[in-house]
Amino acid sequence: MSSREKILQQVKLNKPAETVLPTHYTFNSGYKDTEEKFKEILQAIYTEVIIVESKEHLREKVEEMYVDVVNKATTIPELASWADFSLQVADPHDLELIEVAILQAEFGVAENGAVWISDNHLQHRVLPFITQNLAFVIPRNALVNNMHDAYNRLSDTTGWGCFIAGPSKTADIEQSLVIGAHGARSMVIFLVEN
Amino acid sequence: MSKVVIEHAEASETFNKDESYVDWHDETLWFVRKKRDISSKLLPEWEELRETASQIKNYVLSHMDDLLETFEKNAKANGIHLHWAVDAKEHNEIVLAILKQHKVEKMVKSKSMLTEECHMNEFLIQNGIEVIDTDLGERIVQLRQEPPSHIVLPAIHLKKKDIGDLFHEHLGTDAGATDPQYLTEAARQHLRDKFLTRRAALTGVNFAVAETGGFVVCTNEGNADMGAHLADVHIASMGFEKIIPLQSHLGVFLRLLARSATGQPVTTYSSHFKKPREGQEMHLVIVDNGRSTQLGRPDFKNSLKCIRCGACMNTCPVYRRSGGHSYHNAVAGPIGSILAPNLDMTKNADLPFASTLCGSCSNVCPVKIDIHDQLYKWRQVLVQGGHVPQAKEIGVKAMSMVLSQPRFYQWSGRLGRSVMRTLPFMVNNSLNPWFKQREMPEPPKESFRDWFVRNRK
Ligand code: SF4
Repeated sequence: MSSREKILQQVKLNKPAETVLPTHYTFNSGYKDTEEKFKEILQAIYTEVIIVESKEHLREKVEEMYVDVVNKATTIPELASWADFSLQVADPHDLELIEVAILQAEFGVAENGAVWISDNHLQHRVLPFITQNLAFVIPRNALVNNMHDAYNRLSDTTGWGCFIAGPSKTADIEQSLVIGAHGARSMVIFLVEN
Repeated sequence: MSKVVIEHAEASETFNKDESYVDWHDETLWFVRKKRDISSKLLPEWEELRETASQIKNYVLSHMDDLLETFEKNAKANGIHLHWAVDAKEHNEIVLAILKQHKVEKMVKSKSMLTEECHMNEFLIQNGIEVIDTDLGERIVQLRQEPPSHIVLPAIHLKKKDIGDLFHEHLGTDAGATDPQYLTEAARQHLRDKFLTRRAALTGVNFAVAETGGFVVCTNEGNADMGAHLADVHIASMGFEKIIPLQSHLGVFLRLLARSATGQPVTTYSSHFKKPREGQEMHLVIVDNGRSTQLGRPDFKNSLKCIRCGACMNTCPVYRRSGGHSYHNAVAGPIGSILAPNLDMTKNADLPFASTLCGSCSNVCPVKIDIHDQLYKWRQVLVQGGHVPQAKEIGVKAMSMVLSQPRFYQWSGRLGRSVMRTLPFMVNNSLNPWFKQREMPEPPKESFRDWFVRNRK
């Protein structure tokens, strides 16, 4: 008998009496202002939220924020000429030099500041992790209250996706919080009007 | 008869030698527990969420075989290679075979308590494979050649001076440097190089979703993703109890997990893996290693509902003052003490006794496991099975006699109190394990019950 069969057989034999799934398992978070909550939570996890009126405004903002930076990459068509690092690489290891990446993402979650990004928005899964600094661009109206709403909204059928909430961090040395463990050292979220 | 190899009580004596250090450990974990309290109180639906999570997990236990088969079908359709391992040995051999097949001799690994349980690192190293732990805390304990002392905070037993000295020796940081920012930066540089040069990555699994055939890995550092997305081969290892039915159930569990663990509203990264990226191979090893036996123990099956948040450790007065290593098991603390005897009753007979049965663990558990009841029940099983050394056995027998007879309980308490007042040395001697490093409290002149009876009109 294979290990698979052994395990399944033993499980079948030993499993407890049947119970049913709860039918109601989602909850509402009646925030007065979803965007305010989103901003407040992100501020607490060292992430700036910037509201821009349009992609042109985004471009102006970005140019002013990353003046002397080299190795800038983006997936936003309107920022293509701002970037100086092409994402057209065959091997994801080549992305190692990227200093800042500005990436389109799908939506944000107010209760925890997480943003959903997936294969839908990326050629290279490692990009949001390997870049030294990270910025997400999402539509201003693409915010949900909590994780139940987030999974309701999630229609992603791609092979990989991630909720990312703030920059990478660790507190493994005496519980002192340090930003920039393995992933991005800083995070900015642009909310674009319309 | 001395069956127990290392005793929890003995090991915690060593831990308790430096009083200020133990105080620090105690207070730091209590601080983490308080962050959990604050965070959970921000959600009015917190208790309902716990109840819901508990019910989902009950369903999982009672439909485990169906869920595993559905998961298998969907995962395979996603292009994931699925493996089944009845025990630790088979798990380790499967991992080794995958690595050999790809001629990989060096691998990066993110946090996986299962591989600790299986002692995988030792096995792979013996077989010529270099394994680098990439979670900062795990890397620290790996360099010290010791196991993690906490499932969420692996290096919580160390002070920054210890880590500074360690990094000076291994990573060439300045002698005497202890700034956490500086030390973390050194580890970041050191591990980036590993991420960029290793072709295989192993990760744990927090949740596997039957409906989608995918799995979710949660980290704060981003190390699981860095490893997996750069490697040609991604191996994920999971105990079979990690399965949940629907993707939308993640809404319940992700809301509970980080809040219970550290008080964060969610971990920085909650990565949903479903299909390998182009050109990559993805393997998933589903491990039993005693779980199907535990599933068949009505009193202990609930331990399989655990989502490994660590809250029961942070709140446990015994864990906080004895440290994770005193539990001599991959998973320490209250939950570890329920899981360990299932693996080896003789070796782990002491662990269910490393508890005051205060119930704090059960109160914080996000999936409502009746942890302290299970600890109490294990004691009976272990004593009846003859796994407990005599000294403790007598104590336990006396204790259950006392507790099962309310009259005797009242009387013996009164007697105990007067013994403590008149003959304190009898209690404060080394025969009483609770006296170790502790002054026994001043005994009250009368118990609450006596007081209540006297004051009742
Ligand atoms: S038993 Fe409960 S509290 Fe303890 S680690 Fe598991 S889920 Fe968390």
